[in-house]
Amino acid sequence: MNAAHPIGLTIRSGSKIYPGTQALKNVDFDLRMGAVNVLVGENGAGKSTLMKVIAGVEQLNGGTITLDGRPVVFSDRSDAARQGVGIVFQELNLFPNLTVAENIFVGREKTVGGVHIDRAAQSAVARALMQRLEQEIDPDTPLGNLRIGQQQIVEIAKALAEDARILILDEPTSALSAAEVEVLFRVIGDLTRQGVGIVYISHRLEELIRIGDYITVLRDGVITGARSMEGVDIPWIVSNMIGSASKEFPKMEHHALGEEVFRVEDVSLPGPAGGYVVDHVSLSVRSGEIVGLYGLMGAGRSELLECIMAQHPAAKGRLFIAGARVRERSVSGRIRRGLALIPEDRKRDGLVQIMSIRENLTLSSLGDFTTGFHLSLKAEAAKAVEFVRRMAIKIASLEHPVSSLSGGNQQKVVIGKALMTNPRILLMDEPSRGIDIGAKAEIFRTMRKLAADGLGILFVTSDLEEVLALSDRILVMANGRLTGAFPAGAAAADVISAATPHLNKVQSR
Amino acid sequence: MSSPVPPHGSKAAGPSSQTSTLLLLLKMRTFVALILVFAFFAFAAPNFLTGANMLIISKHVALNALLAIGMTFVIVSGGIDLSVGSIVGLCAMVAGWLVLYGIDLRIGWSLQFNTLEICVIVAIAGILIGLINGILITKLNVAPFIATLGTLYVARGAALLFSDGRTFPNLAGNPDYGSDTFKLIGSGTWLGVPLSVWIMVVVAVLAAYLATRTPVGRHIYAVGGNERGAALSGVNVDRIKLFVYMFSGFCAALVGLIIASQLQASHPATGETFELNAIAAAVLGGTSMSGGRGRIGGTIVGAFVIGILADGLIMMGVSSFWQTVIKGLVIIAAVVVDQVQQKLQARVVLQGQA
Repeated sequence: MNAAHPIGLTIRSGSKIYPGTQALKNVDFDLRMGAVNVLVGENGAGKSTLMKVIAGVEQLNGGTITLDGRPVVFSDRSDAARQGVGIVFQELNLFPNLTVAENIFVGREKTVGGVHIDRAAQSAVARALMQRLEQEIDPDTPLGNLRIGQQQIVEIAKALAEDARILILDEPTSALSAAEVEVLFRVIGDLTRQGVGIVYISHRLEELIRIGDYITVLRDGVITGARSMEGVDIPWIVSNMIGSASKEFPKMEHHALGEEVFRVEDVSLPGPAGGYVVDHVSLSVRSGEIVGLYGLMGAGRSELLECIMAQHPAAKGRLFIAGARVRERSVSGRIRRGLALIPEDRKRDGLVQIMSIRENLTLSSLGDFTTGFHLSLKAEAAKAVEFVRRMAIKIASLEHPVSSLSGGNQQKVVIGKALMTNPRILLMDEPSRGIDIGAKAEIFRTMRKLAADGLGILFVTSDLEEVLALSDRILVMANGRLTGAFPAGAAAADVISAATPHLNKVQSR
Repeated sequence: MSSPVPPHGSKAAGPSSQTSTLLLLLKMRTFVALILVFAFFAFAAPNFLTGANMLIISKHVALNALLAIGMTFVIVSGGIDLSVGSIVGLCAMVAGWLVLYGIDLRIGWSLQFNTLEICVIVAIAGILIGLINGILITKLNVAPFIATLGTLYVARGAALLFSDGRTFPNLAGNPDYGSDTFKLIGSGTWLGVPLSVWIMVVVAVLAAYLATRTPVGRHIYAVGGNERGAALSGVNVDRIKLFVYMFSGFCAALVGLIIASQLQASHPATGETFELNAIAAAVLGGTSMSGGRGRIGGTIVGAFVIGILADGLIMMGVSSFWQTVIKGLVIIAAVVVDQVQQKLQARVVLQGQA
């Protein structure tokens, strides 16, 4: 096996010290060409730092990097790119105002005479790349018009366009639907056959086991396990990651479901190009019930939640909370009525990054601490402390900017902010996106506990395992319509087939 | 502005206490600059330290500080208000018109107002222009820069139309109508301190309270920090934006009143380029042009740095051309130091992370 997969890049005794913390401690890492090198670890374990070192974004403080047998120092990202190292960051680095083709060639535009951009050539290459990735994305559409999943594909196309020999993918599937993940895996397979060395970071362990050839586990900046993927199973990975095996999903706590607390009738949202993005959807949630809304990218799940949360003035339909019609057209009005949304994109929609943890937690419920005009900072801080404790958010100080927290803790702040408004229905859009396995388990436990306390939860996910394990009832959406309803314990195959009645149509939306 | 040397290339940032001291110093940089500027002129300019001179300087500063307070809220909310200088001019003309003529009802009678009524009407005029700015920005989705650039021209033109470009002279008022006290706004004192300075102090205290201790203030920061996030958290973004532009218009109206009263005349060109001084004071005081960050206290200190610099240089006999150059350099230096602080802060946050 080693002969088939020569070592392309090695790091020996790699150390990276940030002021006050050591992110990597004497790391020895071998990157094998023509194979998928999987890298796992909890958030803060040093995976991202290791990747940044390989991609030239950060430089080692100690140790050496060897590429094809000769020592190298990548002075910056473009230096690494010239030597054949490409990286797709977890956070997309794209320009929503430029077209897909322009994004792919940004910084390396194809030109005539060094001045005139050859649009036709760029579009042609971009179109070829999209075909290779099996995506029907027009290279001339502005990137901002694409869904996050499609944008991720563009990011991958961008790395491919640079003819990378080593390609680092940092959680590439976190925003992709099952169909898009399959496409990505096929592309990865093609690339490895061509001899490209892939470094693959993900929190989805079953995914790693499926496509990985070699695995490296990091914990607190130290490599705790590195071996060929043969014989590796989830307990092995987890025990190396967090020291002891743990269950990702909490046990179902059986409790009686209450009355219907929330009903949606006939909600529809016209699409920009005719037809409906959300097509006359009706559903209901009982108190204490967790309803999982499963569907592929573009099925209209997020849009449905956005309609419920008054984000689309053009949306039609009726909402009822505990039988009473919701007529409020403003977000604050709907929050007052007991609705709360945990948005899909924490950074863009969930948090005000430059504000402190305290200010973010209380942003939706400032009225509770206000008499007349006066905001009681004391009452506010007390409430914030209470929720930090209740949500078990790990912080050094309430006054630190929320951007200093890890993804999991940021998500807890978002949930804390929603819970502080005393909601009766919690809408959660991809609540476990981009957070590590430990934080995920905590979030799932929190959801269970909230449901047991009588909250109705409607959560959207594209993770099949998640929807099967967490939901009391599963609803499936495709093409803007509800296409299936299953009780807890439904077969995975049924749920998937309900989600893909016209697979091609969904993708070419 | 002289400020601590940025810690270039200090990879091993040393003991973190040293970093945090430096950070504190950088955070207080406007204040440090104020002390330095003050100390410099105290030695270099004769008569600078006299009480009379202090009063004159604070009177000058009060005008710019008032505008800068309104501007701070606008910038923190993620916008910009270029129209404040024109609103000052227009409001001064409205005040002058009301003092001189009242409102002619064209039936042989005219409505005359006392000083308080004039103040209220002028304030409403300023707020209304702010409301127009706000409506353009929120309902019609015009970029703040363009919307307020438009009102800058419209308001200035309206001020000129008021008098065909002439000055309203002799705004002494009429005791019969109770408007003879109009001149007191600009010339009156309380406890030996000019009324205009008191107005600035009251507005500053109110604004600082609003910014830190009311939901409206918190919402302004949230809108500037992340508009979408704020909207999804239930913040009424449109209402907050309307508020900040109306407040800015109100501050500009106060300045228009004070100037008309101080000069006892109103000239339609009053307030030209005032908007730039106000932006300068806010930025000098640490307000981030990208929104979400800024403090009223900082803005006041920023206004004083600019004001002391200007008056001190005049007293030293430095040519006004050089003053302009120096003011520009100070503003650039402030933003450069701000960038250094941001980098240092990011590094400190990184330290805090595992």
